[in-house]
Amino acid sequence: MEIKNLTCINCPLGCAIKVEMDGETILHVKGNTCKRGEVYARREVTAPVRMVTSTVRVTGGTLPVLSVKTREPIPKEKIFACVQALKVIELLAPVHAGDVVLKNAADTGVDIVATKNVALVKS
Amino acid sequence: MYDIVIIGAGVSGAAIARELSRYQARICVVEKEEDVCCGTSKANSAIVHAGYDAVSGSLKAKLNVRGNERMESLAGELNFPFRRTGSLVLCFREADLPRLQALYDRGQTNGVSGLRILGREETLKLEPYVAEDVYASLYAPTAGLVCPFGLNIALAENACANGVEFKLQTEVRDIKRLGEGYELCTSQGSIHTKYVVNAAGLYGDVLHNMVSQEKIRLTARRGDYCLLDKEAGALVSRTIFPLPDERGKGILVTPTIHGNLLMGPTAIETEDKEGTNTTREGLDQVLAKAGRSVRELPARQIITSFAGLRAHAPGDDFIIREVEDAKGFIDCIGIESPGIASCPAIGEMTAELLREKMGLEEKAEFISTRKGILDPSTLCMEERNALIRENPAYGNLICRCEMISEGEILDAIHRPLGARSLDGIKRRTRAGMGRCQGGFCGPKVMEILARELGMDRLEVTKSGRASRMVTGINKEAL
Amino acid sequence: MESYEIVIIGGGPAGLAAAVSARKSGIEDIVILERDRELGGILNQCIHNGFGLHTFQEELTGPEYARRFVSQVEELGIEYRLNTMVMDISPEKTVTAMNREEGLFQLQAGAVILAMGCRERPRGALNIPGYRPAGIYSAGTAQRLVNMEGFLPGREVVILGSGDIGLIMARRMTLEGARVRGVAELMPYSGGLKRNIVQCLDDYGIPLKLSHTVVDIKGKERVEGVTLAQVDGQGKPVPGTEEFYPCDTLLLSVGLIPENELSRGMGVELNPVTSGPRVNESLETSIEGVFACGNVLHVHDLVDFVSEEAAAAGRYAAAYVKNTDKDSERRAGIRIKPGEGVRYTVPETIDPVRMEEKLPLRFRVDRVYENCYVSIYFENRRIFHKKRRVAAPGEMEEVGLERKELLKYPHLKEITVRIEEE
Repeated sequence: MEIKNLTCINCPLGCAIKVEMDGETILHVKGNTCKRGEVYARREVTAPVRMVTSTVRVTGGTLPVLSVKTREPIPKEKIFACVQALKVIELLAPVHAGDVVLKNAADTGVDIVATKNVALVKS
Repeated sequence: MYDIVIIGAGVSGAAIARELSRYQARICVVEKEEDVCCGTSKANSAIVHAGYDAVSGSLKAKLNVRGNERMESLAGELNFPFRRTGSLVLCFREADLPRLQALYDRGQTNGVSGLRILGREETLKLEPYVAEDVYASLYAPTAGLVCPFGLNIALAENACANGVEFKLQTEVRDIKRLGEGYELCTSQGSIHTKYVVNAAGLYGDVLHNMVSQEKIRLTARRGDYCLLDKEAGALVSRTIFPLPDERGKGILVTPTIHGNLLMGPTAIETEDKEGTNTTREGLDQVLAKAGRSVRELPARQIITSFAGLRAHAPGDDFIIREVEDAKGFIDCIGIESPGIASCPAIGEMTAELLREKMGLEEKAEFISTRKGILDPSTLCMEERNALIRENPAYGNLICRCEMISEGEILDAIHRPLGARSLDGIKRRTRAGMGRCQGGFCGPKVMEILARELGMDRLEVTKSGRASRMVTGINKEAL
Repeated sequence: MESYEIVIIGGGPAGLAAAVSARKSGIEDIVILERDRELGGILNQCIHNGFGLHTFQEELTGPEYARRFVSQVEELGIEYRLNTMVMDISPEKTVTAMNREEGLFQLQAGAVILAMGCRERPRGALNIPGYRPAGIYSAGTAQRLVNMEGFLPGREVVILGSGDIGLIMARRMTLEGARVRGVAELMPYSGGLKRNIVQCLDDYGIPLKLSHTVVDIKGKERVEGVTLAQVDGQGKPVPGTEEFYPCDTLLLSVGLIPENELSRGMGVELNPVTSGPRVNESLETSIEGVFACGNVLHVHDLVDFVSEEAAAAGRYAAAYVKNTDKDSERRAGIRIKPGEGVRYTVPETIDPVRMEEKLPLRFRVDRVYENCYVSIYFENRRIFHKKRRVAAPGEMEEVGLERKELLKYPHLKEITVRIEEE
């Protein structure tokens, strides 16, 4: 039997969670103070995921860059592939929060969306 | 072919250039940095000393007293900040009273007016935060505060307006005798001139030794300083010195002309002419010694610390003279404290020397005044609004700490010898010099510099050369 | 002179929430003065997620969180002026401000809500020796450059300070192509949230060096490297532990200070511990009708609590303007004393008559405690005693006080908050 110590990243409480494992099988999850903590812990020891936030370039807008995020958490090992995929993207203003910036980023099945409005610059 | 080339655009070089610009001559100032006021002139105590420190009869004594006298009218002509605030030298033991008396006597000989020795009570009445065990003090009402950048830049701008050429980022690498004159081999090609003024600060010895067999060695003395928030600026209202020793005037505590509190400098000898780094020991020494003179110094209000190097000459005096075995080559070296106070007189003396030698004649069109960057806070509301209507940039506040508008920054960039870097803007306008040290205004100033000078934001520097502010754009290295 | 019932200084999270709540409390005549080009304040550059769990029960990014409030401000038709810098506020609540279009102008306020936020402590605050080259940035300045302007301040980075901004920037710089060589922290514990250590440092293998500081900065023009050293219990570097880290950038995340230049200028009394105004239960400063909320009052860890506090300030300011809370003489109120283990409390006094039904008493502990108790004493009587598994200076504590409970003690003069160990 193996014990994995985790810090829950769901909320600022940062609960210390212990996951008892037997090989690939999860025996117990302890130390979490909410249900989300248990879900996090089970995922973290099998297939960890993270939200990714980043920026892409915008032309013709009131701001030169736009903030974006993955609509849902993506597998942790895909983080760099995901931001690399954003490197070549250049949007035209206007952009609205929620607009899809990149579909199915790095084959994760998750879209990347804008988190901010960038208005067209009045010339 | 120039008539005169001045090497170095610090206060000495700029003051000499300004005085020489009265005459009909082709004059050029060469400076290795990207701006004027980049060496010793930018990192010092900014005190216009009264003139009692230097040995009577020395150049330091003579030029300090004369420079102090001239500073007020010069500040009026050239529109830079200067104020007579006075200074106190503290004495803590009865046994040291003769040393204080000696300073007083020397001051009298040097021609310093208004000196008085004060007892403990009177000292504490003038400066309540002086250490309570003070025994007596020497009060010098003629000492003053100046903005060293303001002074240096004003002199250079006025010289420029009077036809002096400035070649920045031009480093002199070798000097050769060429007929009656000299050839300067610089990083930007060679320059020919009849006369040379060596006002190269710490490198004064290097340049001197290129033309003379009488070798000189200047010693670099580092001075560490701590600058405190304006909130602490009123702790003392005069410059407070300990009794001086052989290393100099000791660690002072002073208000600055802009209302901060400054303490320092140390006096640490170094081999490195570029060694302007502070050290832990240096900064600790500043705090400890300043704390000996003044009570309740709020160390947590320090907003920045810095170090300057001063060029100390072997005879402990300024050297201003034609080099004996190099005719037409004028040294103006070893200008350490009281260099700021003396610079108006250094300018006069050096210019006079060249006038006599070259038979220079005054020009009718000399402009003796210069307008500095307008400080909108000196205007009333109606005047300020008229200014903003005319130029809305004055309504756009960029530096929150020092309350500097875009209008002032644009002026700093577009005037003669304008700013090319963040430090250039800072020294001219104070944007970035406040309590957040450019945290808020830095990115905005970068944007303005790039826009106004038509350069890429990646090219914007802190102070020229490799001091790039950003290294690239997002993700380019991925 | 133009006049407004409420003038709000700052359009960041605090100013926005205060405006919305004041309007909902029935005040029509409100203006927000914002110095930046858009509303939202520092949230606009905090593009990471993790905001809004308390307020909206979902995880938003900074710009999204700001948008929620900006939308409300717009829907409610609350007036705001952008690119407008407040230059001065007089004790009589005359606000002098400036922008390009209107020049310098004055507004007379019935009530003022201070919501200017905070700024970062510069290098001088730690008096770090060394050179002063390009490449030394406070973490927030770097955050603005990267997240709003698209520029990378450097390629090889060392970060001093493990507050949340420092941790967040370690990840941001990494994901934009920089290499973060490590995060040094002067204290033996991190000042940031645990979740940020996991997902900003551990995920990327960035070392966190506790009890370490920068003792030298090398590089005359651009940073060439920094020397880290271990520190002892007093925070003094231990000789012989120096280690050189080649890098071109040093980011500083060494603390935030409420930005109270305007408050000080108008004569508002400040607390030297928080550097923010002293306030009573109504979040009212020492000047009647001048309220403070958010990071200008005391530095928060979570924007949700800023919004909550600012909403309360908005309600109290509305009550003040509507004259519903006026009793001509202000009572001294009950003094709240920070006892053992507590650095400060907000508010510092409570008048049970004026307070809302429930009031959050917020405070910070002075060091890390494990298995301690938060205790509240009414004079010498302990009336609240609750176990905390961990209490750390980096995480703000909160205890709710109830009005009906306080009214039971008409002679109560002093409440003490203490941390008690087992």
